[in-house]
Amino acid sequence: MVRLDSKVPEGNIAEKWTNHKFNMKLVNPANKRKFSVIVVGSGLAGASAAATLAELGYKVKVITYHDSPRRAHSIAAQGGINAAKNYQNDGDSVYRLFYDTVKGGDFRAREANVHRLAEVSNNIIDQCVAQGVPFARDYGGLLDNRSFGGAQVSRTFYARGQTGQQLLLGAYSALSRQIGKGAVESLTRREMLDVVVVDGVASGVVVRNMITGEIERHSAHAVVLATGGYSNVFFLSTNAMMCNTTSIWRAHRKGAFFGNPCFTQIHPTCLPLHGENQSKLTLMSESLRNDGRIWVSSKVADMRNPNDIPENERDYYLERKYPSFGNLSPRDISSRSAKEVVDEGRGARGTESVYLDFSDSIKRLGKNVIEERYGNLFEIYETITGENPYSVPMRIYPAPHYTMGGLWVDYNLMSSVPGLFVLGEANFSDHGANRLGASALMQGLADGYFVIPYTIGNYFAGEKPALIGTDHAEYNNTVSEVQDRIKQLLSIKGGKTVDEFHKKLGRIMWNKVGMARNKKGLEEGIGEIRELRSEFYKDVNVVGSGEGVNQCLERAGRVIDYLELGELMAVDALAREESCGAHFREEYQTEEGEALRNDEEFAFVSAWEFKEDGKWDLHKENLKYEYVKFATRSYK
Amino acid sequence: MSEHKLNLKLMIWKQSGPDVKGKFQEYKVSVSPDSSFLEILDDLNDSLERSNKEPVTFESDCREGICGTCGLVINGLPHGPLSRIATCQLHMRHFKDGDTVYVEPFRANTFPVIKDLMVDRSALDRIMHAGGFISINTGGVPDANEIPIPKEISSFAFDAAACIGCGACVAACKNSSAMLFVSAKVSQFALLPQGQPERYQRVEKMIKVMDEEGFGACSNTYACEAECPKGISVKNIARLNREYIKAKVKSHNLD
Ligand SMILES: Cc1cc2nc3c(=O)[nH]c(=O)nc-3n(C[C@H](O)[C@H](O)[C@H](O)COP(=O)(O)OP(=O)(O)OC[C@H]3O[C@@H](n4cnc5c(N)ncnc54)[C@H](O)[C@@H]3O)c2cc1C
Ligand code: SF4
Repeated sequence: MVRLDSKVPEGNIAEKWTNHKFNMKLVNPANKRKFSVIVVGSGLAGASAAATLAELGYKVKVITYHDSPRRAHSIAAQGGINAAKNYQNDGDSVYRLFYDTVKGGDFRAREANVHRLAEVSNNIIDQCVAQGVPFARDYGGLLDNRSFGGAQVSRTFYARGQTGQQLLLGAYSALSRQIGKGAVESLTRREMLDVVVVDGVASGVVVRNMITGEIERHSAHAVVLATGGYSNVFFLSTNAMMCNTTSIWRAHRKGAFFGNPCFTQIHPTCLPLHGENQSKLTLMSESLRNDGRIWVSSKVADMRNPNDIPENERDYYLERKYPSFGNLSPRDISSRSAKEVVDEGRGARGTESVYLDFSDSIKRLGKNVIEERYGNLFEIYETITGENPYSVPMRIYPAPHYTMGGLWVDYNLMSSVPGLFVLGEANFSDHGANRLGASALMQGLADGYFVIPYTIGNYFAGEKPALIGTDHAEYNNTVSEVQDRIKQLLSIKGGKTVDEFHKKLGRIMWNKVGMARNKKGLEEGIGEIRELRSEFYKDVNVVGSGEGVNQCLERAGRVIDYLELGELMAVDALAREESCGAHFREEYQTEEGEALRNDEEFAFVSAWEFKEDGKWDLHKENLKYEYVKFATRSYK
Repeated sequence: MSEHKLNLKLMIWKQSGPDVKGKFQEYKVSVSPDSSFLEILDDLNDSLERSNKEPVTFESDCREGICGTCGLVINGLPHGPLSRIATCQLHMRHFKDGDTVYVEPFRANTFPVIKDLMVDRSALDRIMHAGGFISINTGGVPDANEIPIPKEISSFAFDAAACIGCGACVAACKNSSAMLFVSAKVSQFALLPQGQPERYQRVEKMIKVMDEEGFGACSNTYACEAECPKGISVKNIARLNREYIKAKVKSHNLD
C-alpha cells in the first residue's frame, strides 16, 4: 500500500514555511529557462502561477478553454478576500486567521498548510494593490475592510461587489505582460482531456483544440492544474456554465489521489429555481441575512400570497431553532434547515424556496436605509425574478457553490503523481470540511503567487525531471485513448440529450449526496448513478463530428466525467461515518440535530486511489492538531 | 412565477465558418417569460439535439454579466434592448407574445465569426499584452497601506476597471473602434499612483496595437457608451485622447 507523505516540515508551526523555504533547493537563474511548465487554468490560481513562474524565468504555457484568460470563473467572486493585516487594529493576526480557518473547516484541514496560507495572506494584498487593483478605501485613503461569515474581526478586503473580477484582472494583467514578452505562450480555446504520465511522472497534457477539433500534445518538465471546482456535478450551482472536473478527473484516473470528494459547500442564499430549463443558480450576497428574516408558512402546501399569511401562521424556523444566531446561523446550518422545511412541503407557495423578508427592517429602519444597504442586490433580484422585494418577500434557496474536495496534494502542492501540481479550488487543501467566506480567493492567489514558485523549483532542482518528446509512445497511447473516447461519444447516437443526463445526475446528487446524507440514500445514489452512466453510453445523442467547433461534444465529455466523479463523491460520503462541516450524515447527529464529529476515528483526509471503473482504494492521511484543539461548534 | 408562454419567432444567424457566407435561419419557440434569453437558446438547442439537428453555437459562461463571454446582437443592439446588462442578464419578460427576434453575432472586421454566433475577440487581448499592466514582479512590493489613494480617485479608477472586455463597444461602433475598451484600462492606471511610471508609454503602446489590429477611429457618436453593459463612460475616451497627446510630447518610446 502506498504511504501518503504530506511532507509537512518539522518545527514550530510559525517557522515551518520559513524553514522550508530555506531548506528547499534552488534553480540557478541561468538554468530556469531550461525548465518548462504547463499551467492548465487561468483563474486566480493559474494566472498568478503562470505569471510568477515566467517572471522567475521558467518557460510557461498556459492553457484554458476560454477565449481569453480573463474569463475564468474566479471573475464571478463577489464578496472579498481575507488577509491578516490587522489594519483595523481589532486583534487580528496570522495566528487568528489560521485558528479561525482550521476551526471553520471543522478540524479536517492540515494545520501546516493553513498556517502558511495565513502567513502569505498579507503579501497577497500588497501584491494586488501594487498591480493597481482598486480595493475599497476609507476617506483617509487607506484600505477598508468588512467582516464576513462568523469572523469576529474585520479582515475582508473587497472591491465593491466585484472582488473576484478585480483580483483576476490584476493577475491577468501580470500574465498579459509575460505573454507580451513572449515568456508565456497562451493557448486559449483548448480543453485539456488527459495528462500524460511517463514512468510514473507527469510529463505533459493532451488537449482538444476547440476551434479545429485537433488533438494536440504539449510536454513540459512539470504540469500544474489550476482548473477550479466541480460544483456543476449538481448541474445547477452558482458556478459558471463551463466549469468541469475533466482535468482533475482524468488526472485521478492516471494515478492522482482524490482528496475528500464529498466535501461540498451549499450556499444558503441563492435565487431559487424558476423552471425546468433553468441553467444556473445566482448567488445573492449573504449580507442580506443581516436585515432579512427567513420564514415559511407553518402549513403544508400553503399557496397564499406571502403578504396574506398572518404572523401567527409563519414559522421563522432559524430564529426558533437557533435563538442566539438566528438568521445569521452558519452556511451549512441555514442551508440544511431550508431543505428540511421544503421537504416537509412548506416551501414558499409550494416551491423549493423559503422567504427572506425585509418588511420588519423596512418598518424599523425605513425603506431608504434598506435601499442604501442592499439597493443593488434588490435590483439584481428584480431583474432576474421580476418581483419587487421591497413589497413582496424575496424567495431564496440553497445552491451548490464550492468544493473543498479536490486532488490530494502534499505540502508542496504536488499530487501523488510526481511532477503534477494542483492549485486553487482544484486541490483539496486548506479548507477542511467547510470553507469560510472570502478564503477561496486568498487560497488561489497564495498557491499561485507565493507557494508554487518556490516548491516547483525544489522539484526541478531535486528531481531533475527530463523533458519527454511528444513522439514518445505514452503520448501516442494517450492521444489514442482520447480519440477513442471522442469517437465512442459520437457513435452512440441515442435518443437523449447530454443536458438531460446532466440534469438527472444533478437531481440524484442533490437528493442523495447533497446537504444531508444517509447510508440508505447514498447506497441508492451509487446504484442510480451507475445506472445513469450505463444509460448514457447507450442512449445519449452527441450531435455533429469531432472536427471543428462542437459544443455538444464538449459538454458530453464533461458530463461523462461528472457521472464518474458523482459515484466517488457518494462512496466517500458513505465511508465517512460522521458529520463534519458541510458533510452531514443524518445518522450522526446530536439530540438537537447538530453535526456529530468523530475525531477518534475520522480525523483524516480520505485520499482515493482509482483502480478501475467504480473501484477505488482508500488511503488515509491522519490529521494531527497540535495547535488548535478539537472543539465542537455551537450556534444555539 | 408566470404560467403563460410567449410564442416567438427567432431569426438566428447561422454561419458554418469564418470564410463561409452566413444567413438567418428561422426557429419557432414557446418560452416562459421567467427564462433568460440564453436559457431559451439552451432549450432550442436541446430540442434541436433531440431531433439530431445541429445546435446553434453561442458562447456564455458565468451568466451573471461579469465574465464578458456572452455577446449577441439582439434586434440590432449589442446585448439586446435593455441598457446596462450583458446578454445573459436579459429575461424574456421584456418580449411580447408574437415578437420576431433577430439574433446575430457581434459584428466587426476585427472580430471574425468563428461559427454562428461565436466570434474571435482575441485582438482585445493583444492590446492588453502590449501595455495593459503595471510592470512589477511578484514579491518585493511595498505594504498595501503605504500607497494611500484618495477614496474618490480609487472610485473613479474602479468605474473604469469594471470593463468586462466583452467588445460590445466595438460592435456598437460604426467604425469598429475599440477606444472605449482601451480608454477604460488606460484611465484606471492613469488615475492611480501605481500607474504613473509607465503612464505615457502605456497609452502609446496600447494605441499602436489597437491601430495595427485594425480597430477604427472614434467619431464621437457615443454608441459605445450606450451599449456598454458596465456603463463605462465616454469621458474615459476624452482622457485617453489627452493622455495620448501628452505621451507624444513626453514619452521616451523610440518607435
Ligand atoms: C458566485 C461565486 C462567488 C464567490 N465569491 C467568493 C468570495 O467572495 N470570496 C472567496 O474567497 N471566494 C468566492 N468564491 C469562490 C472562488 O471564486 C473560487 O473558489 C476561486 O475563484 C477558484 O479559483 P481557481 O483559480 O481555483 O479556479 P477558476 O477560477 O475556476 O479557474 C479555472 C480555470 O481552469 C480552466 N479549466 C478548467 N478545466 C479545464 C480544462 N479541462 N482544460 C482547459 N482549461 C480548463 C478554466 O478555463 C479556468 O481558466 C465564489 C464562487 C462563486 C461561484
Ligand atoms: S468598455 Fe464596455 S462594452 Fe467595451 S468591452 Fe468594456 S464592458 Fe464591454
